[in-house]
Amino acid sequence: MSDATRGEICAIACAEAFRGNGEILASCFGTAPAIGARLAKATFEPDLLMTDGVCTVVETPNPVSGPGHEQVVEAWLPFRTIFDHLWNGNRHVIMAASQIDQFGNQNFACIGEHAQPKAQLLGMRGAPGNTISHTTSYWVANQTAKVFVPKVDVVSGVGHDRAAKLDPASTQGHDVRLVISNLAVYDFETPDKRMRLKALHPGVTVDQVVENTGFELVIDGDIPETRLPTADELALIRDTIDPKGFLSREVPNPE
Amino acid sequence: MDKRTTEREAVAELRDGMTIGIGGWGSRRKPMSIVREILRSPVKDLTVVTYGGPEVGLLCNYGKVDKLIYGFVSLDSIALEPHFRKARQAGSIKAAELDEGMLQWGLLAASHKLPFLPTRSGMGSDVLDINPDIKMVKSPYADGEELVAMPALDLDVAFIHMNRGDIRGNGQYLGPDPYFDDMYCRAAKRRFMTVEKVMETSEMANEGPLQTRIINRTMVDGVIEAPNGAHFTECPSDYGRDEAFQKEYAATAKDPEAWEAFKAKYLDVETEADYQKAVASR
Repeated sequence: MSDATRGEICAIACAEAFRGNGEILASCFGTAPAIGARLAKATFEPDLLMTDGVCTVVETPNPVSGPGHEQVVEAWLPFRTIFDHLWNGNRHVIMAASQIDQFGNQNFACIGEHAQPKAQLLGMRGAPGNTISHTTSYWVANQTAKVFVPKVDVVSGVGHDRAAKLDPASTQGHDVRLVISNLAVYDFETPDKRMRLKALHPGVTVDQVVENTGFELVIDGDIPETRLPTADELALIRDTIDPKGFLSREVPNPE
Repeated sequence: MDKRTTEREAVAELRDGMTIGIGGWGSRRKPMSIVREILRSPVKDLTVVTYGGPEVGLLCNYGKVDKLIYGFVSLDSIALEPHFRKARQAGSIKAAELDEGMLQWGLLAASHKLPFLPTRSGMGSDVLDINPDIKMVKSPYADGEELVAMPALDLDVAFIHMNRGDIRGNGQYLGPDPYFDDMYCRAAKRRFMTVEKVMETSEMANEGPLQTRIINRTMVDGVIEAPNGAHFTECPSDYGRDEAFQKEYAATAKDPEAWEAFKAKYLDVETEADYQKAVASR
């Protein structure tokens, strides 16, 4: 019986998102994705490139909490080069989403009308360019029907229905792949690329997922469970990657 | 040629309605002594092009901004810029929000004196609805692909902050990232560079490798020595971000009385020297 927390299971789901990615730049928004990418790199995806969060590619990124270490720099990647790199397509980013719809259109720009929003958030940032250029997944730390919405207020990250309307040449890099939340993992492996429930985190029910989704999810057959971390993975997370336990602040363990 | 001048003289060149570009990124190596001088000046209705940080919040709060051209506004260690949010939520500024790569493309087009540069960034997103003046262009080659024609972001005036410079306008950055400061300079008709320290050209070689010398004197019209001029944003390797001050700035934005006190103490002062004195005496 594993004593893994919900947060640690989310981190495993994020790590699994990078499985098979090979020698690409892995970028993350949020604690669970940052832990997941470090875990993947330390175990089954050693060729991933990761930055120090500023502008260098480093051999072993710092822990998400706890003391940092002396960095071995592999390459210089200032912002202007980041755009060169991402337009080239060699990247998988896990971005945050304040809102996401059933085709994976994402919003973290603002809530309400763009002309005068109820709540101004970050802005478009790199979401339009990221999603049109390379593999993109999303991390939602607190899934509710206010985040999984029928229609996002502003499209920052381009989803599958909008990409399908563009010239295929323009969308050769478009690949909105996974959505990982505190409840479950979703993909778009359906004929019309609608969001599908791919795996439930242990202890979460289909009803709970449906209750916290504001659109109709594709739920097909028996839904597997997200895999549990191995003992070695748990030790890596707890002792090396997140010794101060930042993850439990982002994903509180359910009662 | 001696291009040394002052923040006051540089800002006196601004006219209402001008388009200005501000170098740096987020809360990093921003020409803040210039921004503070703009706050003290009567100029208004500016169009501001920036990878936005605290300069956006300050300029919005002081009613200087008509239109903002940006990809994001953030204080980095504090994700959201409070005064920028207020301005947006009050609908008091025009917001030309772009993908942050499109912003680079607009600056690069302007710096090459091109009308536009093609990109896929923005396609399928609401960037093109928010900015209806941005048009598409068809590739003239066999592929015939329709692409976003990101228009040049031509600037009237650019302001950047460098670590070192000489009196002729050669500039050097000593931090890890050049950001897009060279593009801002080439995109603008008038260019002002604040520097931590003005020194002999021959001495600059001792400060960092050749690759740090990204600004040459054809790109700069005025040089202003501004020690601690990027405060409270970071300016490595000279100094990091003043996180305590930034926290105070962000916290006071929540309370009108606290904000008035912050303004009176730090911003509504006569000169940059008074600001630096107030900061030093905390």
